[in-house]
Amino acid sequence: MSRAAIFAKIESANAALKTKAAYPEYDMALVHSAPKLEGTDLWEIFARNFAAVNGKPMTGIDQLIDFLVLHQQLRGYCDPALYPHFGQKLVDAGLTVETQYDRERYDFYQFGITRATGAIAESGSVILDDDRTSHRLAALSPWVHVAVLERSEILRTIPDAIAAFGDSPNIIWATGPSKTADVEGILIEGVHGPGEQIALLI
Amino acid sequence: MIGIQPIDQYARDISDEKQHSVIDGSSAGTDKRYHVLHKDYPDPDALRRLAASIKDHTLHHLGDYLAQAEKSLISNGAHVHYASTDEDARQTILAILRQHGVTQLTKSKSMAAEEIHLNPFLIENGVECLESDLGEFIIQLDGDEPSHIVKPIIHKNRREIARTFLREGIAADYNDDPETITRRARVHLRAKYMEAQAVITGANFVCADSGRLALVTNEGNSRFGMAPVPVHIALVGIEKVIPEEKDLAVFLNLLGRSATGQQLTVYTEFVSGPRSASQPDGPEHMHVVFMDNGRTDVLASNCKEILRCIRCGACQNVCPVYRQASGHAYRSTYGGPVGAVLSPILFGSRFPELADLPKASSLCGACNEVCPVDIPIPDLLLRLRDKAKRESIPSAGAIPMSPFATLATSPNIWRTAMTMSKAMNHLPIQVAPIKPLQDWFGQRTLPEWHGGDFRKWMKDRRTSKN
Repeated sequence: MSRAAIFAKIESANAALKTKAAYPEYDMALVHSAPKLEGTDLWEIFARNFAAVNGKPMTGIDQLIDFLVLHQQLRGYCDPALYPHFGQKLVDAGLTVETQYDRERYDFYQFGITRATGAIAESGSVILDDDRTSHRLAALSPWVHVAVLERSEILRTIPDAIAAFGDSPNIIWATGPSKTADVEGILIEGVHGPGEQIALLI
Repeated sequence: MIGIQPIDQYARDISDEKQHSVIDGSSAGTDKRYHVLHKDYPDPDALRRLAASIKDHTLHHLGDYLAQAEKSLISNGAHVHYASTDEDARQTILAILRQHGVTQLTKSKSMAAEEIHLNPFLIENGVECLESDLGEFIIQLDGDEPSHIVKPIIHKNRREIARTFLREGIAADYNDDPETITRRARVHLRAKYMEAQAVITGANFVCADSGRLALVTNEGNSRFGMAPVPVHIALVGIEKVIPEEKDLAVFLNLLGRSATGQQLTVYTEFVSGPRSASQPDGPEHMHVVFMDNGRTDVLASNCKEILRCIRCGACQNVCPVYRQASGHAYRSTYGGPVGAVLSPILFGSRFPELADLPKASSLCGACNEVCPVDIPIPDLLLRLRDKAKRESIPSAGAIPMSPFATLATSPNIWRTAMTMSKAMNHLPIQVAPIKPLQDWFGQRTLPEWHGGDFRKWMKDRRTSKN
């Protein structure tokens, strides 16, 4: 009943218009931010913009292990598909790694290593898509989230990333760690999601 | 009519503490927005004009795009509902929750839900409904109302929040360090996410071509709320539809920068339906409730441009009246310049009661200058003032203009009055026991009266020429 009433009211409101605005054809270059896109190497552009939003770009597993040990983030989850790449290295460094995320023990996981679908160089965002991210909560509940990506998966601009949506029903762009400025405008990281967002290039 | 307008009264009574919080928060927002937009774009104006034209096109063809969005969502496996009024929306949501046996849920920040006072309704009906945005969570604990679209607790300071946490048992001791406050909320809320059976969100945009909803949060609360639950309900105003996914690039770039000075909000989430067979996580059921609640009346009015609004709050941050009076002075869900236009027409039956809002502006135009969709807010405020006048809505503190009209149309009386009025300089009229005069002088001072000096100068000039 509401449906018909709403459409009838829209129809009658718009029937009174003398002219209707046409859809503006526009050049996508208008929405690109040139200073953000400076450079040629997509990983370098991404890393610069990602660092600007307090993300931590990393290029090797050893760098990640040093970080986790230094910050005492010693227990975590690793996507089973990624475990063969560096699982043993994590274990050898003394870290506890599980490849099954148990939601009953969500507080156990201090880090979560999952697969990113891609990244956006222009905005320094990592793209997470459930079709290829093994566990949504594992990317969200630990203090440290490590999004693993390959060089070829980095997209240049925001419009490029939109064009690459495909038909996945749930896609996330994470542009830095979870944050708030609700209390007196003071920036605090790690509100609900990760306090550290890492992008690891493999 | 005797008295002062409700919004002026509110601004007069506001505490210094609250006013300082609002001024600091809003001016910081204005500065950040300006720097980011101008650093990243040579001509940010071109981008906002484009955004305005996409929105106008969509609104002029709203029936087509809404039907297309509905069709896309249904083919993606989502359920689509319509609600004409706030009561329809509340009942629709309650029925969905009952259908799925939901007794506990989390809700991410949604102005549409604020508009229909969804929380108290669901709680009365036995559903535990917890706000998960930090600011909204604190608002809920205090039984308060948000006073800013993006920064709901802009009017509160850390000491008040620490006292609330102690009082409500969120914290065992008083601690007003913002980081500690945030960590305590983190611990409390994640337990609630995991217990919940559903999540309610709004939507910033709905793409007609794919049915995809775009949702933005900095905290990650909508994503966390959605990850562990089987049911997702999105309450969406019908004006949130945009034609194509590619248009998101225009709006997302403007929204983050205008709202908080960020290129993109941290978590930008795109949801087009329930989880697919190949996905391990996410809600199995997705319901989208498209709500009218006065929007079609706005569309039929001469202020339809306000439906372009993407709820960034930039006009609130920049507005000198908002900064002095705070969002609560606007006595409705939407405060500041956007609220001064939207509230009196969106909540049409309350027009007489809210007719003072369009008058609470010096028409300085700053709100239009910062608007990412170029809404001509000062023009719309004038149209609403005109509407109030035409509908003979009494206006507190308005000075009767008919004696002035008589004076101004009779040269002889005017001349005499000009000279005689010089006596005002010597009369204690500011302390005269006349109520309307006292109200008027309560907020203004008159310069010394020079009545007749100009006429005398003209006359002398003419004489000396001859």
